[in-house]
Amino acid sequence: MSEPLLSACGLAVRFGSITALDSVGAALWPGEVLAVVGESGSGKTTLLKVLSGRVRPEAGHVWYRAPDGERTDVHAMPLPMLRRLHRSDWGFVEQDPRQALRMDVSAGGNVGERLMAAGARHYGHIRDEAARWLAEVEIDVARIDDKPATFSGGMLQRLQIARTLVTQPRLVFMDEPTGGLDVSVQARLLDLIRTLVRRLGIAVVLVTHDLAVARLLAARIMVMQRGQVVEDGLTDQVLDDPRHPYTQLLVSSVLAA
Amino acid sequence: MNALSVRGLAKGFTLHLQGGTRLAVLAGVSLDVAAGECVALSGPSGAGKTTLLRALYGTYRADAGAILVRHGGGMVDLAVADARTTLEVRAHTLGYVTQFLRVVPRVPALAIVTEAAGAGNDAEARARDLLLRLAIPPRLHGLAPATFSGGEQQRLNLARGFAGAHPILLLDEPTAALDAANRATVVAMIREAKAAGRAIVGIFHDDSVRDAVADRVHEMLPLREAA
Ligand SMILES: Nc1ncnc2c1ncn2[C@@H]1O[C@H](COP(=O)(O)OP(=O)(O)OP(=O)(O)O)[C@@H](O)[C@H]1O
Ligand SMILES: Nc1ncnc2c1ncn2[C@@H]1O[C@H](COP(=O)(O)OP(=O)(O)OP(=O)(O)O)[C@@H](O)[C@H]1O
Ligand SMILES: [Mg+2]
Ligand SMILES: [Mg+2]
Repeated sequence: MSEPLLSACGLAVRFGSITALDSVGAALWPGEVLAVVGESGSGKTTLLKVLSGRVRPEAGHVWYRAPDGERTDVHAMPLPMLRRLHRSDWGFVEQDPRQALRMDVSAGGNVGERLMAAGARHYGHIRDEAARWLAEVEIDVARIDDKPATFSGGMLQRLQIARTLVTQPRLVFMDEPTGGLDVSVQARLLDLIRTLVRRLGIAVVLVTHDLAVARLLAARIMVMQRGQVVEDGLTDQVLDDPRHPYTQLLVSSVLAA
Repeated sequence: MNALSVRGLAKGFTLHLQGGTRLAVLAGVSLDVAAGECVALSGPSGAGKTTLLRALYGTYRADAGAILVRHGGGMVDLAVADARTTLEVRAHTLGYVTQFLRVVPRVPALAIVTEAAGAGNDAEARARDLLLRLAIPPRLHGLAPATFSGGEQQRLNLARGFAGAHPILLLDEPTAALDAANRATVVAMIREAKAAGRAIVGIFHDDSVRDAVADRVHEMLPLREAA
């Protein structure tokens, strides 16, 4: 496929005197995983929010190509259309799953709810799909009626992923999906994300500060510093032959990526 | 007809964290490799042999020059190709057996080689055969290579590299950690690949291996450090 699924150019965002994004561009093709790395405060989350239409940029455009080939300006489309995208074709995996999950609704309900929002109506089918997705993310199906409040951090994150993927989105935004978890839990979650993303052919914009995670999941990488993209390319190019001083600093600060 | 044609390739590194020291490693490198031919890179440690292989694979981005690769009926210049074109070339045309195995953690050996063997129904059977040929016993096939010995890892790396049908193969010291019997296997595999029309650029520490597989030697010398 020669046309990107999502593309952006000239994005600028300021918060008062802080420049969160400064003429940032990006492109993502179907089925591709793009990592965004950089230090805290460099604008990664802001970029994810602008790409997904949640924060409006002061300048620049974000284009999304729908399955029918039509290209639409994410920040100019009517709000109901953007909401529809977020309910089904797109997914957003938050670093803190509590922000995405309804803690007072059962695990199965959390997954089924998104299917219903995307138009599913048949209760039995919704429950079956929810059970299938819990199994897919290695949550014991016996826990389907339990509330997420009783789940561990790793389970919550897996539940969020099940809830996100149940509608078979084409594009998923992930903000530090393994942040704040124990290393062993992280490893399992990464295996899961890698397997599901590849099998379903989902395109992902993945924000992470962990270069090893980027190496593991992403074919391409963008390095951000102070709201700007200072370097981008294939993951092995950027991590094995870093050219920008800041990328060299990042790479040299980890033991092995 | 050349499978690979390098013209005036230059590559250096600017070490920003070390006072911006500029390290020139490759300059004016030109090299042609025909289908079915094996060219050995030779030279002292630090001459830039691995750097050249990495540049050919597109991992080290060229400062100047052209890296023309015959790909899908045309020529692609990897020195200027965009990321997605480079991935395409790596998927179908250009294979690389790095000096040390680098794999996705927790994936079993057989799955690693099967994936490289492609989508066909017989991919797993071919992968198994390759592992056995490289003396990796069945009891290791289902294990992830993190606990493999150095030689086992290198043989797995070779199995993965030879499993695909890439018309061009880059080999960095493929026999460095192998015993005589396994070295002989690798020599046989390289000769078969040549007979099948694959072009090979390799670094061979072992003179007997080099003499057994290389049609030509490309000599490299370290550049003097630039200011
Ligand atoms: N809603 C907001 N109001 C004011 N400032 C904000 C807002 N959101 C972000 N910022 C500022 O914009 C800059 C970029 O923030 P952003 O959250 O994008 O960084 P980040 O790269 O995701 O960092 P981290 O790795 O710590 O999550 C920061 O300086 C931040 O303080
Ligand atoms: N990513 C890099 N950043 C900085 N310098 C590098 C990098 N890669 C290689 N070099 C330098 O390039 C020079 C050539 O290294 P290279 O690994 O290509 O040598 P070689 O001929 O393969 O040597 P050997 O026979 O010891 O493997 C060395 O001085 C090395 O330090
Ligand atoms: Mg953030
Ligand atoms: Mg070397």
